[in-house]
This record gives sequence, C-alpha cells and structure tokens, in this order.
Amino acid sequence: MQIIENIFKVLERYGYLFIEGTKVTLEFSLIAVSGGVIFGFIIAMMKRSQFKLFGVKPLSLISGFYIEIVRGTPILLQLYLFYFWIPDALPFLHLTKFGSIALALICNSAAYVSEIIRAGIEAVDKGQMEAARCLGLSHSMAMRKIIMPQAMKNILPALCNEFIMMIKETSLASTFFAGDIMTQYNVVNGALFLVIEPLIIVGVIYFVLTFGLSKAVGAYERRIKKND
Amino acid sequence: MIKVTNLHKSFGKVEVLKGVSQHIKKGEVVSIIGPSGGGKSTFLRCLNMLEVPDSGEIIFDGVDITKEKTNIDLHRQKMGMVFQHFNVFPHMTVLENITLAPVMLKKKTKEEAELMADELLKKVGLYEKKNEYPTKLSGGQKQRLAIVRALAMEPEVMLFDEPTSALDPEMVGEVLSVIKDLVESGITAVIVTHEMGFAKEVSDRVLFMDGGIIAEEGTPEEVFQNPKNKRTQEFLSKVL
Repeated sequence: MQIIENIFKVLERYGYLFIEGTKVTLEFSLIAVSGGVIFGFIIAMMKRSQFKLFGVKPLSLISGFYIEIVRGTPILLQLYLFYFWIPDALPFLHLTKFGSIALALICNSAAYVSEIIRAGIEAVDKGQMEAARCLGLSHSMAMRKIIMPQAMKNILPALCNEFIMMIKETSLASTFFAGDIMTQYNVVNGALFLVIEPLIIVGVIYFVLTFGLSKAVGAYERRIKKND
Repeated sequence: MIKVTNLHKSFGKVEVLKGVSQHIKKGEVVSIIGPSGGGKSTFLRCLNMLEVPDSGEIIFDGVDITKEKTNIDLHRQKMGMVFQHFNVFPHMTVLENITLAPVMLKKKTKEEAELMADELLKKVGLYEKKNEYPTKLSGGQKQRLAIVRALAMEPEVMLFDEPTSALDPEMVGEVLSVIKDLVESGITAVIVTHEMGFAKEVSDRVLFMDGGIIAEEGTPEEVFQNPKNKRTQEFLSKVL
C-alpha cells in the first residue's frame, strides 16, 4: 500500500504544518462564531424590535435585509468582497489578510447566529412572557430572567452546530492562503506533488473535529433536555 | 376598584369586544361565564393590558391604564393573574418562582420573600415541594403554585383566566378549593370559568358574555335560576 506509506512519510515531514493549520482553522471558527454571537444578538434584537417609524419597522427591515443577503450569497463571494474591497474601502481599519477574512466570516456567521437566537427566543412559550409581565416585571427584566435562560437551551446546541459548520466553511479561506488546514494541503501538495495522501490527512482531521464535536453537542443536548 | 367604560377590541377583522362597560368593586368576586369566543378571556386580559383595547377606558385605582403614558408595570404589580396553562417558570424552583418578582421589584428582601413563600406554600399544601422544579409537579400543583406566585406580590385584585380548564378532572377540586379559600379571605377577584357550580357558589356577581358584550349580569341566583336573556337560557340549558 503505497498510499499509506506515503501518508506516514508526509506526516513525518509536514505533520507540524497540519497541526498549525488545525490551529488556524479552529481560530477562524472560534472568532467567527464568537463575533457572530455578539453581532448576531444585536441583529436578532433589531429583527424583533417593534420600533416603528412612518408605519414601517426600520430596524426589523434592515436586519431582515442583511440576513437575507448574507444567506442568499455564497460565502466564497463574501470572502472575496471582504478580501479585495474592505481594506481599500475602509483603510482606517488597517485590516490584515487574517483580519479581513475573519471579518468576512464574522459577518457571515452573525446572520446565521441571529436567526438561531431569534428562533431560540421565539420557541419559548408566549405564556412565559405574559406571566412575567403580569407580575409587574418590565419587558427587559422578563427577557433577562425568564425568556433568555429558557431560550439558551435552544440556542446553545444550535450555536455549537454553527461552530461545526464554520470549521468546514473556513476551508474556503484557503483561496487566499489563509493558513488554515486546507491551505496546508496546498502547501504540501505543492512541495511533494502528492494529491491524494495529504487530502486524506486533511479529510481525517476535518472529520475528527466535526464528528467529535457533534457527538459532544449531542450528549450535551440530551443532558439539558433531561431537565425539561 | 376597576371601572371599565365602553371597551372595544378587534383581532384583525373580528370584533371581539363590542363596547363592554363594567364596574368591579373592592372585595367583590365576579365570575364571567359564556360560550367560547364570546370575549370573556379577551375582556379579562384587557383588565391588565395583556391585550391592548382599541378604545374605551379602564380606570384602576383612579388611573386610566389604557393611556400610553401610564406605567403599566406598576399597576400590574397590584393585579395578580392566573392562566389556563399555568405558565410557571420551568427553569426555577417552586420557591424561586414565588420570590422572583417581589425581590426583583424590591417589594421585599430575599429573606422576607422566602418567609412569606413558606407561609403561602403551607397554605396550599406545597411546602414539601418548595425546592423542586415544576416538571416534578402535577397540573393541579402547578396551578396552585401559579396562584401563590401571584399572591406573593400581594395584589389588590386577582384575575383568573379559566384556571381549571387545562386540568385533569381529578385535579380541578384542589385548585377550586384554593381559589375558594382565597376569595373568602376577602380579596377582589374576576374569574373566567366554565365551572358553573363553582361560579354559583363563590361569586357575588355573575356576568354572561356572548358576542362581545355582557348579555346578562346579576347575582348568581338571578343569572342561574332566572336568566332573562334568551342566549343565557340556551347556554345554561346546554352546560347545566
């Protein structure tokens, strides 16, 4: 089995590259999802906002527009846009390559996360808010003490899944040689002219990461559902 | 205590309340009966602005609470509400369910609130459950908890929205007896109910609502024994 032999050779020589790439991939995913949580929360609140101006809900409209655009265009296109355009358009940000890619992923993730948060909040029984308001709690008190703690049970597992999705999506950043796992594939491929072997290695890394995490999420989900 | 004048409310094209006026006095127990879709629940939910009426006035403690500038949260603290589906907070223990609002709204310290919660729980026979989560409670126990949770705010008036409709038959009694004890202690209460026997027993006044208006009202004797309105007669002949 030539391939297996080669795989071990590749690992021996370039193993550190794959480790490096795994770190970068996880970094990107973590930054994307945590940034996505912060902005996604704001977008979700805007989407739910009842604030009205001239008979329309501007905040809800803007956030809805944003979500649809992000979800309706490929992430690769968004990466291109941020990579080529944002550093020119917003020079004061002094974005590095890593920065503009991370920003693109954050903006992408924010749209998906905002829908996760909104759905999580709306899945909480309407009666909970009514009961809280009837006790005299203000809307924000009720959100904080009654709605959000219950919504978190819906949101957290979905967020973990978003993180798992992101691990796979970040492979697109290799288009710009961003240093993620897929970039390392290109490096090794270029150095050794081997196609299949590094691909198998990279595939195994992705699979172990996503499969392991989704199993963990599954177990976690079962645990929190037990208290229902 | 609550004075309602000419209340109107529509959901889309359907007019659910077509001009309801009513005066609920302090210490009075008022039951609202009538067919489904007659506007009973909507009327009750308007009393604490869970539904915002399209027009009309609701004067509570001398303030029109339908006005936008009224701080409704302050008034709701004085009106307890009990729902058909209990709406207890599943992520909190029985005790936390009760103490949350009084502590958060600074009506009581945590110690005072817990002391009062213990008292109330003993009264309704839930003291042993105080550290359980609501998932461990039966429907009847959840509803008793919901009643206690509302009482912990020491409301001036209690609103009950079909408090026994979602219960298994064998649990209806325990909840009704808690409500009965409560109204006998002299609290003001408005009760939307399908339990005619109960309404007859505890009410000072009975309202029959149908088609978005109060079609008939009077003492339990007047409404149940001598209904004057044809719709009331039909309704009662079906349910009694």
